[in-house]
Amino acid sequence: MEQATSNGSARPPRTWVAPVLGVTALGSLAVLAVLGLWVVPPDALQGDAQRLMYVHVPAAWLAYLAFGITALGSALYLWRRTRHPKWDRLAASSAELGVVFTGLTLGLGMLWGRPVWGVYWTWDARLVTTAVLFFLFLGYLALRRMVADPDRRARRSAVAALVAFADVPVVHFSVEWWRSLHQESSILPDGRLDPQIEGDMLIALLWGLVAMTVTYAYLLVRRYRLAELEEGLEERLLDAALAERRAEGEPALAAAPGTGA
Amino acid sequence: MSGLAAQALLVAGKDLRIEARSRVVTNQVLPFAGVILLLFAFALDPDRGLLPRVAPGLFWVAVLLAGLLSVSRAFAVEAENAASDGLRLSGLDPAAVFLGKAGAVAVQLLALEVVLGAALFVLYDVEVQGVGLLLLGAALATAGLAAAGSVYGVLAAGLRVRETLLPLLLLPVVAPVMLAATRTWEAALGGTPADAWPWVQVMAAFAAIYTVTGVVAFGPLLEES
Repeated sequence: MEQATSNGSARPPRTWVAPVLGVTALGSLAVLAVLGLWVVPPDALQGDAQRLMYVHVPAAWLAYLAFGITALGSALYLWRRTRHPKWDRLAASSAELGVVFTGLTLGLGMLWGRPVWGVYWTWDARLVTTAVLFFLFLGYLALRRMVADPDRRARRSAVAALVAFADVPVVHFSVEWWRSLHQESSILPDGRLDPQIEGDMLIALLWGLVAMTVTYAYLLVRRYRLAELEEGLEERLLDAALAERRAEGEPALAAAPGTGA
Repeated sequence: MSGLAAQALLVAGKDLRIEARSRVVTNQVLPFAGVILLLFAFALDPDRGLLPRVAPGLFWVAVLLAGLLSVSRAFAVEAENAASDGLRLSGLDPAAVFLGKAGAVAVQLLALEVVLGAALFVLYDVEVQGVGLLLLGAALATAGLAAAGSVYGVLAAGLRVRETLLPLLLLPVVAPVMLAATRTWEAALGGTPADAWPWVQVMAAFAAIYTVTGVVAFGPLLEES
């Protein structure tokens, strides 16, 4: 069946944002690989294992950012004056990415922990609170999948997201609140911008942060668009079903007066 | 404010009357918690003297798992016969509804803890040193569990997959309470009581945060159609 572009959400206006972000993300990740693997010297104590820092730390920061965006979108949805489905879509899209980045953080951290600490996993405050964060947002995604009505789903998941987000500061400050095997913040010790890292390494780390942020932005734009399309598809399927039923009914309607007369 | 308290008592009274008449907690949840304690004993080989050392942790895991049933049930009764619509039509303040439901869950949890505590004392051979700390820890942990449980209970309420979704949502959230309560009880049962204060603070903060969350969030969650 030929579909007209009458439905605004069905046929997107072609934009350059996503492709440009995608190419930038790919390029900056490639530069990060070169920087992290070849340009920057290995760590004096940890050797090459320390190179994981250039992806592990940015992944963790992006998890914070993604869940922050989710919390923001959720709060804006819950607030009556800004209630709009777009905030719910934003929250949902960002939460999925946050889970990916949290999983990436945990996975990369394990790979780093094995050669440096001697174990993949240890019962440490930073590690455990991060794992809790991972499961909190897995629960959030499970909740989203289970509620059918869009407004009900948006409200419930918004509350769940705001509650789950409370764990983010706990994760961040866990290394300071408890005695931890995990090292403390190197870029912002005691909340001041006072990097404790050697120059080239710092540049690679900050580059990693930029590259990951662009990657996140690209994925977020794509995922948001997908969420929009999914909603549009549901509407369109309903419209198509209605149209079919009407088409079936029309001959009968046309025939009815003839038989009646 | 007194109106809020009176309304909360009304809701709590209703829930507790339902429990008193249906006896689900006494006939199903309590025995279930007892079975958990027995299973731990089987799994950990009681002859090796391990049980008294890990008793606080086992106790709180048992409370948590049994409490999950309590929370699930507290919101299942609202899903039947459109009872939640009745609750909305009653004109009660959503905050009072939350406080009432959380209060009723807390009363059930306390009853559960009393019985399980006695069982712990008898079965696991523990010695109590700081009774006050023990009670304080239990009270704060119960408040936190009931408040967080009620917040997540209403999030999962009315869904077909409620039984499987609620544990996934709730257990990571209450993990800090379990940790803090376990450390507090370890201090009260044989360690140095002064070690428990940071954990007592964690539990108090947790209970306060989730009580406020519930009071604020119940409005939007109950008004949904």
